[in-house]
Amino acid sequence: MVNFTQITVKDIAKEVKDNCLLGIPADYSGVPMSVTIEIIKNKTKGLRLYCLPLTTIQGDMLIGSGCVNEIETAAVTLGEYGQAPRFQDAIENSKINIKDSTCPALHAQLQATEKSVPFMPLRGILGSDLYKNRNDWVVIDNPMNNSNTNDEKIVILPAVKLDILIFHASKADINGNVQIGRRRELATLAHASKKVYVTVEEIVDEDFFDSELKAAATLPSLYIDGISLAKNGAWPCGLTDYYDIDTNEMSKYAKAAKYQETFDEYMRDFILQNNYSNI
Amino acid sequence: MTEIFQSEIIISEISNLLKDDKHVAIGAASPIPGSAALLAQEERKNTNLKLQVTILHSQKFNNFTDGSRELFDASAQGRIDTFFLGGVQIDGQANINLVGTGRYPKLDKRFSGSFGSALMYFVVPKIILFREEHTPRTLVKKVDFISAPGISPPNIYRPGGPKYLITNKALFSFNKKKKNFKIEKINPEFTLDEVIKSTGFEFKTNKNLKYFTMPSQKRIDVLRNLIAPKVLNFYPQFAKKLWFN
Repeated sequence: MVNFTQITVKDIAKEVKDNCLLGIPADYSGVPMSVTIEIIKNKTKGLRLYCLPLTTIQGDMLIGSGCVNEIETAAVTLGEYGQAPRFQDAIENSKINIKDSTCPALHAQLQATEKSVPFMPLRGILGSDLYKNRNDWVVIDNPMNNSNTNDEKIVILPAVKLDILIFHASKADINGNVQIGRRRELATLAHASKKVYVTVEEIVDEDFFDSELKAAATLPSLYIDGISLAKNGAWPCGLTDYYDIDTNEMSKYAKAAKYQETFDEYMRDFILQNNYSNI
Repeated sequence: MTEIFQSEIIISEISNLLKDDKHVAIGAASPIPGSAALLAQEERKNTNLKLQVTILHSQKFNNFTDGSRELFDASAQGRIDTFFLGGVQIDGQANINLVGTGRYPKLDKRFSGSFGSALMYFVVPKIILFREEHTPRTLVKKVDFISAPGISPPNIYRPGGPKYLITNKALFSFNKKKKNFKIEKINPEFTLDEVIKSTGFEFKTNKNLKYFTMPSQKRIDVLRNLIAPKVLNFYPQFAKKLWFN
């Protein structure tokens, strides 16, 4: 018996409204692939992806499926499997807008929202073309007299609040707390998001707050709006302590995604196969 | 002596560049720098100068517990001595481009993106630029897009920056004051003239130009027996191709 209402992967996908600002976890922090497929099946449009700080197959699939209008990211790549072909095609043919960023800026903008302050300063960035192409980033004189750099110029970045965050994790406890291990960027994302939904491999009959060690690796239920079971929910991406990345499937995807036609065929099969139980 | 692969020579050269470091961090898609750092760590195991290696894409070799921002926070504080950056293009003033070629934003060829370079390049004291392909296409006169600049004016906080550039043909050092690269070592399979022809920018030549150092049999044994199995854990495709095929 659990003390929260379980929802389904389909329920979560329905919460992803057209044009919303969607938080995207990196490949190492629990990619919610089962929900991603449902979003694609729903033909959701105009999504704005906010990656912390990058995306792999999840972002590439959403872009190739025509769900995305804009992406803010430090990188889109398939890692060892090469460039992200649908992303490349979308940029080279101006199909989507891009807000090119850098990892620490993507973190800092969410950290500003965590603290509910309007902006966050960050060093670096100046002199890059990233800065030139971002009209939402502002350069100021360091107002504090505490730098060894005389007349220091520094960039301030706006606070960003996400409409919705979805990620996949290993375990939820009976009270709807979720184990995130040391993937603390998931906490940053959750703290800065209006709605948070999580898919998990399993729900365990315990309360993580009974153990200090487990509590330290937990995202508390107070930040979570809904949890669904999704076995293998990150596949073909990996999930720490559960399964490795599926190298065959990733290679297959990387090849298929090279052209829109072969990508479309791949996606038709992918959807038909129904790779996730408990949907 | 067994056959030594090109990648192993570069791993060995990079490893030599890490000799005074206390903490080296390895970012995304960096199997060669990652192997080099682990090699340096192994070789210093029984000395007083231990080397910490943080490999972000590994579970066991990632020393951070505060999420992926910890790398940037730690770097900004000066807790990391060396980091590696690559580039679709690198130019003679050490500007790097990880975004693509052509005119931004509608590029001719889009690549992955700038990752953490726009901060790391400013704050890590020893940035080693690493790009295997050494051609006029990768080492250019001027990059099409600056992900991170090689040099900054004095009113920008910048304790860090480029120190070396290593490719499959040569090792260069970067002079911050003169704003140029100088060739230090050359792969014996190429002539200086060939290196000049395959470099899109002008660099300073060197009267004491050396060849890449061949790794000793002992070092190759350490690399293949102790390091390769570790690399297999977090860069499986790379390790399989080089060592386990």
